[in-house]
Amino acid sequence: MIDTPNFPFSLGGTFPHPIRYPVMAKAKHWIEPHPQGIYVRPADVWIDPSVPKENAVVTHGHADHARGGHGDVWATPETLAIMGLRYGTEAGTPVAYGDGFERGGVRFSLHSAGHVLGSAQVLMEYQGERVVVTGDYKRRPDPTCSPFELVPCDIFITEATFGLPVFRHPPIAGEIAKIFARLEAEPDSSILIGAYALGKAQRVIAELRRADWDKPIYLHGAQVRMCELYEELGVSLGELRLVMDTPKEEMRGQIIIAPPSALTDKWSRRLPDPVTAMASGWMRVRGRARQRGVEIPLVISDHADWDELTDTIRELAPRETWITHGSEDGLLRWCELHQIKARALAMVGREEGDDG
Amino acid sequence: MRRFAALIDSLIYTRSRNAKLAAIATYLRETEDPDRGWALAALTDSFDFPAVKSATIRNLAGTRIDPELFRLSRHHVGDTAETVALVWPEADGREQSDPSIDDVVQALSAANRTTAPDIVASLLDSMDSNSRYALLKLAVGGMRVGVSARLAKTAFAQAFDVALDDVEELWHALDPPYEKLFAWAEQGGDRPDLSATPFFRPFMLSHPFEGDSLDLDQYAVEWKWDGIRVQAVHLGGETRLYSRGGDDISASFPDIVEAFDRDGVIDGELLVRGTDQGGEAASFNALQKRLGRKTVSKKMRQELPAFVRIYDLLMEGKDDLRLSPWHERRARLESFVPKLHPDHFDLSALVDVDDFGALEAMRAGARDAAIEGVMLKRRESPYLSGRVTGHWYKWKRDPLNADCVMMYAQRGNGRRASFYSDYTFGCWTEEGELLPVGKAYSGFTDEELKWLDRFVRQNTLNRFGPVREVKKSLVLEVAFDSIHESGRHKSGLAMRFPRIHRIRKDKPVDEADRIATLRAMIS
Repeated sequence: MIDTPNFPFSLGGTFPHPIRYPVMAKAKHWIEPHPQGIYVRPADVWIDPSVPKENAVVTHGHADHARGGHGDVWATPETLAIMGLRYGTEAGTPVAYGDGFERGGVRFSLHSAGHVLGSAQVLMEYQGERVVVTGDYKRRPDPTCSPFELVPCDIFITEATFGLPVFRHPPIAGEIAKIFARLEAEPDSSILIGAYALGKAQRVIAELRRADWDKPIYLHGAQVRMCELYEELGVSLGELRLVMDTPKEEMRGQIIIAPPSALTDKWSRRLPDPVTAMASGWMRVRGRARQRGVEIPLVISDHADWDELTDTIRELAPRETWITHGSEDGLLRWCELHQIKARALAMVGREEGDDG
Repeated sequence: MRRFAALIDSLIYTRSRNAKLAAIATYLRETEDPDRGWALAALTDSFDFPAVKSATIRNLAGTRIDPELFRLSRHHVGDTAETVALVWPEADGREQSDPSIDDVVQALSAANRTTAPDIVASLLDSMDSNSRYALLKLAVGGMRVGVSARLAKTAFAQAFDVALDDVEELWHALDPPYEKLFAWAEQGGDRPDLSATPFFRPFMLSHPFEGDSLDLDQYAVEWKWDGIRVQAVHLGGETRLYSRGGDDISASFPDIVEAFDRDGVIDGELLVRGTDQGGEAASFNALQKRLGRKTVSKKMRQELPAFVRIYDLLMEGKDDLRLSPWHERRARLESFVPKLHPDHFDLSALVDVDDFGALEAMRAGARDAAIEGVMLKRRESPYLSGRVTGHWYKWKRDPLNADCVMMYAQRGNGRRASFYSDYTFGCWTEEGELLPVGKAYSGFTDEELKWLDRFVRQNTLNRFGPVREVKKSLVLEVAFDSIHESGRHKSGLAMRFPRIHRIRKDKPVDEADRIATLRAMIS
């Protein structure tokens, strides 16, 4: 899931006693969880497959959900554009929020997931049963994408990246204020924020703008194309400049955004006295921030936190909850305590990464 | 509590010493008594609330959250206090208050084992997550924010623009929340009266000897022992043992504390006896096993008995000898030592030599496990605090050297975060295998660091998180003070103070030293 395989960050989400159900449930359901994705048998369609497949519905553009090399792809127009940028795969059938298609007797439709621009939940209706796959989602407001839609269903297939009660994301305004406080205290430094190139970077920029930061924001080269695409798709980000084109001294007192892997890279030497920040839900845990040498941990996540995950299950009250990836043991335990029928699906290729 | 919690967090996330000093100093200036004094005590781990233990808060968490969810969370976070702070349910609709540290300290002090859970729970209920973390760390200890007593004292001196020496003396004489200390520092009030308290007196330190010769009529010569410098104080019926930085290490060495029963203050080297040395002083390596322990087992005390080899006498009874010349203090010391328990105290002998040439030969030949070099002390010098020129010199024995091959490199911290600045290097076995013998991150210039960083990047074979394995193609000449048996490296050897002496671009790797050669250097 991470763009840089050498990332010094491995805390696989496995616990000593994982509760894993067999991949194939007892009586065969028309939706089959497989290690490489969710297979919708009557339609012969995969959702977010991690290896190339003939027919794929892709929920959003992050690399652990969107892979190149599929035959037919259904996704939102924004997700298709993002995949085009990343994999050069232009082909695909655009499906707008609320729209859908039918295949093999299954009615598919896409609904906003609030995770990143273009992110969608997939609703499938078959023989009177409604199943929702969330992909990744969050319920907090985000100026760069449309909000999460609550879609009633019988089976709710949810992510659980932050499926432990330690993860509660604070209001974003307070996190953004940490940046300004530091700049005020150390006006000669520069603030280097590590933020995942798709979604997080643009959200942080948009939130900075919302907080009236109207100076140029400086970008690492790897952030540029995605920001341009966001602009093309109608998300305005204000004036952005490239670090490489800027003399060092000009960046004093300024804000710079780079992929997390660049925070300790040689690249950062071109910045004037940088103070490193990192925007991620993982920053909630002090040891995590310290381990990475982060001086300003920004608890900003594009995933649902513990309260969002559990509130959503409570509100939807589905007949069954299936958990795809993340800290599934925690959420599974919560379901058990609340007498909600749930199971964890062992999915591969969805490790914890920097988009937290 | 919120301000204190913010201070804790800023210390956690800051690596720079100056930034830590500034953060503490600002806090001390802007906070009222007694909270700022309690904060100082918490930062230096001087609190003990016997009724609140790690198990207390773990059990408490079980009253608010499912134990299985807690276990999973604890496993993820890796720290009990932080886990409780994070998972503790937010007070729904209840107004969060912000109790003072004093409120917290009073409440915790009044707690007993029965009432502690309710007291801690109601405090947790009144706070936000960061304050909960600060509260729990304060209650169970182990703040671990990288603040030594020395750093805290320096910050205090900086905050109120007073002399660090005065702070050192007064600090140890007073108890939290140090209101008299603040009053004196802030308002220039009377210096608190310190008679008959076992407080710490700042050490007299030395400069490295870099000259060619010294007049031995004016300077006395003493061995420099390789342990840790300590000060033992017995006054007013109490005994304390202090490390060089002024940290109270009495708990780690109860054998010394129990045995020191004469009124006085001594300065000496703490060592342990080793069986390999026939009951004589063992190497620093052996001493390390006893450092940093909160409690010491009987077995540990028997296997590695500690003793102090005494250099100097600062006070005898109520007489402060610090302004007397060294030779007078030495005479008092020589008659003082025989009154002490012989298993735990002896006198650091003077080296009997009258010609500098002979001394050089003795110094070079000294390969006792616990000798680090020699000390040269001016016979007329008073005992002065800190590093004052012209009085004491340390003359370490020449370092050992070995040609090693760079094997791995790791990124540094802070200013060096983007440089591969920590190097693991190895030597050859008889079978021609390269095994690690040590790790060094100093000794090179900034220019050399740039060159080494480039070498690492261009010769990377494998990446393991922040560590890179490099092509075994560069010889580093490593200097080190001594070498010991150790399980730390696969070679079974470990160096003391290894540093990069020279980069040997000219030397082929197969000409680097063999493990056997290094093994022969063990003293």
